[in-house]
Amino acid sequence: MIKAILIFNNHGKPRLSKFYQRYSEDTQQQIIRETFHLVSKRDENVCNFLEGGLLIGGSDNKLIYRHYATLYFVFCVDSSESELGILDLIQVFVETLDKCFENVCELDLIFHVDKVHNILAEMVMGGMVLETNMNEIVTQIDAQNKLEKSEVRLRDSIMSFNLKHDHNISMMCNLCCLSFNTILYTAACL
Amino acid sequence: MALKMVKGSIDRMFDKNLQDLVRGIRNHKEDEAKYISHCIDEIKQELKQDNIAVKANAVCKLTYLQMLGYDISWAAFNIIEVMSASKFTFKRIGYLAASQCFHEGTDVIMLTTNQIRKDLSSPNQYDTGVALTGLSCFVTPDLARDLANDIMTLMSHTKPYIRKKAVLIMYKVFLKYPESLRPAFPRLKEKLEDPDPGVQSAAVNVICELARRNPKNYLSLAPLFFKLMTSSTNNWVLIKIIKLFGALTPLEPRLGKKLIEPLTNLIHSTSAMSLLYECVNTVIAVLISLSSGMPNHSASIQLCVQKLRILIEDSDQNLKYLGLLAMSKILKTHPKSVQSHKDLILQCLDDKDESIRLRALDLLYGMVSKKNLMEIVKKLMIHVDKAEGTTYRDELLTKIIDICSQSNYQYITNFEWYISILVELTRLEGTRHGHLIAAQMLDVAIRVKAIRKFAVSQMAMLLDNAHLIASNTQRNGICEVLYAAAWICGEFSEHLEESNQTLEAMLRPKVTTLPGHIQAVYVQNMVKLYASILQQKEQVGEKEAAQEITQLMIDRLPQFVQSADLEVQER
Repeated sequence: MIKAILIFNNHGKPRLSKFYQRYSEDTQQQIIRETFHLVSKRDENVCNFLEGGLLIGGSDNKLIYRHYATLYFVFCVDSSESELGILDLIQVFVETLDKCFENVCELDLIFHVDKVHNILAEMVMGGMVLETNMNEIVTQIDAQNKLEKSEVRLRDSIMSFNLKHDHNISMMCNLCCLSFNTILYTAACL
Repeated sequence: MALKMVKGSIDRMFDKNLQDLVRGIRNHKEDEAKYISHCIDEIKQELKQDNIAVKANAVCKLTYLQMLGYDISWAAFNIIEVMSASKFTFKRIGYLAASQCFHEGTDVIMLTTNQIRKDLSSPNQYDTGVALTGLSCFVTPDLARDLANDIMTLMSHTKPYIRKKAVLIMYKVFLKYPESLRPAFPRLKEKLEDPDPGVQSAAVNVICELARRNPKNYLSLAPLFFKLMTSSTNNWVLIKIIKLFGALTPLEPRLGKKLIEPLTNLIHSTSAMSLLYECVNTVIAVLISLSSGMPNHSASIQLCVQKLRILIEDSDQNLKYLGLLAMSKILKTHPKSVQSHKDLILQCLDDKDESIRLRALDLLYGMVSKKNLMEIVKKLMIHVDKAEGTTYRDELLTKIIDICSQSNYQYITNFEWYISILVELTRLEGTRHGHLIAAQMLDVAIRVKAIRKFAVSQMAMLLDNAHLIASNTQRNGICEVLYAAAWICGEFSEHLEESNQTLEAMLRPKVTTLPGHIQAVYVQNMVKLYASILQQKEQVGEKEAAQEITQLMIDRLPQFVQSADLEVQER
């Protein structure tokens, strides 16, 4: 089982935190800080496994991490997971992010952490590995993105439809939807 | 009225979305907390609106703030509202927020039951998917009980995407509501032969986790897993099954016998390191359970050790680490096979990677002999000097003592050397194993008559320098050593050269800062020492010296009477 998945940068700022066990927000922040402290001390050419999951209870746990440019990807797992398998999984995760964001960089994760969560949800569910094939994951993400886009179009057209009950207002609101300057103009006129 | 509506829409135009919030926080580095608290006020306003899109946007921002450490449980009801949106995009936001902050203590969590049930039977597979994913993070015993049947039905859904998720979440359901396991199990077993590889993989995953918790009940599935192992090409599935066999073989040695051949074949044929490693691990587990040494088994052990050596020699640190990890398992039952690789292990002790050094330390047990013990310990002492974090240093300390004391000090030829090593170890600050060192000192001094004189002189030195050690008065800290020192000096005082000096050292005022039980020993042994000094002086006829000593005792003893510790007072 996977106990937690953390992504943070070289200064320890969290970019994604997913805990598959309940911890209070304070404890979560402490875990993030301590994990960063442990992982950032490591040289570049040492192994990617850290023992003594002191934080996330139990000596059964290991930290498996990878360092890509400015980001650390850390998975805290117990002994039911294959260490090398999880390393592979981290690689698949990063490659999927790369595919979905088109040459992903830290800024993408900073501003679109909700999208990152959606991608992760197609790979790991409740702490168990759901899917390891990148193509399958990307297919599902694409389908859900399409669904999201179609809902946005629908929402926009409904919004203008609902406000049509009064001709004047609907005209003003249509103008509102179109441009910022027009809003100022209409406000000034009232 | 019309104005209000327009104003409302205009207000919504200025709502921050997630990107705006993130940007805002980045632009307010100095007053971040204040800015965020202002944003939270805005979010509270947005949550009061009727418009579900606005609420969803607010909840999306709250999820981000949760990652920064802010508690968002006050918005639980709003999160549930967003979960019940008809649009997938909003629903997804709601479920994500719930998965990040709902737990068994969330009092409104029962309100989600009907919504989740609706989503589970939605014609849109992604609605169902997002509900299953969210639920897997916050399922409670009540939710599990109420929704178990719905999820069980989904295990036979037409879409493999749903089947896969439903199968996987059953494990969480079983954990929270164990009664659901019995009715669901037949269907779960069916899924092991599902045409879709993803669903099959999920079923294997769930059963493997169940079997780890309760291996006995799943032995009957062994033949089925055997079939899967020989027919599957998916490495993840193979790894899970092989790990499972590793957990089952202790219970059923016959299974182990059957496994050796296919596993050995896999070891020879696979190119995937992850699979190779797990095969080796399981073969080791099998060989350990088959305690009788049949001839062809030693061949298997040799094969494993050989493969592990290749792993350890690899420049890839990960493989090195895993190789060492597996070697230590072989060590317990077949130490001789590991002996021949002594040189490699000793090399690993010098590796700059701490994880690898720790693993190599573990293996040292099987490596020591009379000849190389001192050399190894010397090397370890150098490491102890260099070690930064106290955990590693403590590990080293325990290991040094363990190695030296194993099998009744079988490998120590020179006990004086050992005592001096122990004394050197006392110079370490901030360790938690003071009592270990102390116990060792006592043990050796009592059992090895020959070195008592040496031991006593060393202990006297320690007592003299007690002020260096006394600063650290932590429980089990280095000051425990003083306990041993005092006792040894008192008990074997006939070997003391400068009894007066030692007695004086024990009577120094600083002694009262030591923990109670140490002071108690001090007092007890002071008296022993005093008695023996008196005896000596009387024999030699130095009455004056005897009187001096008595005066000293009378002067200094009172300070102990005031001690907080009862033991000390009584003495």
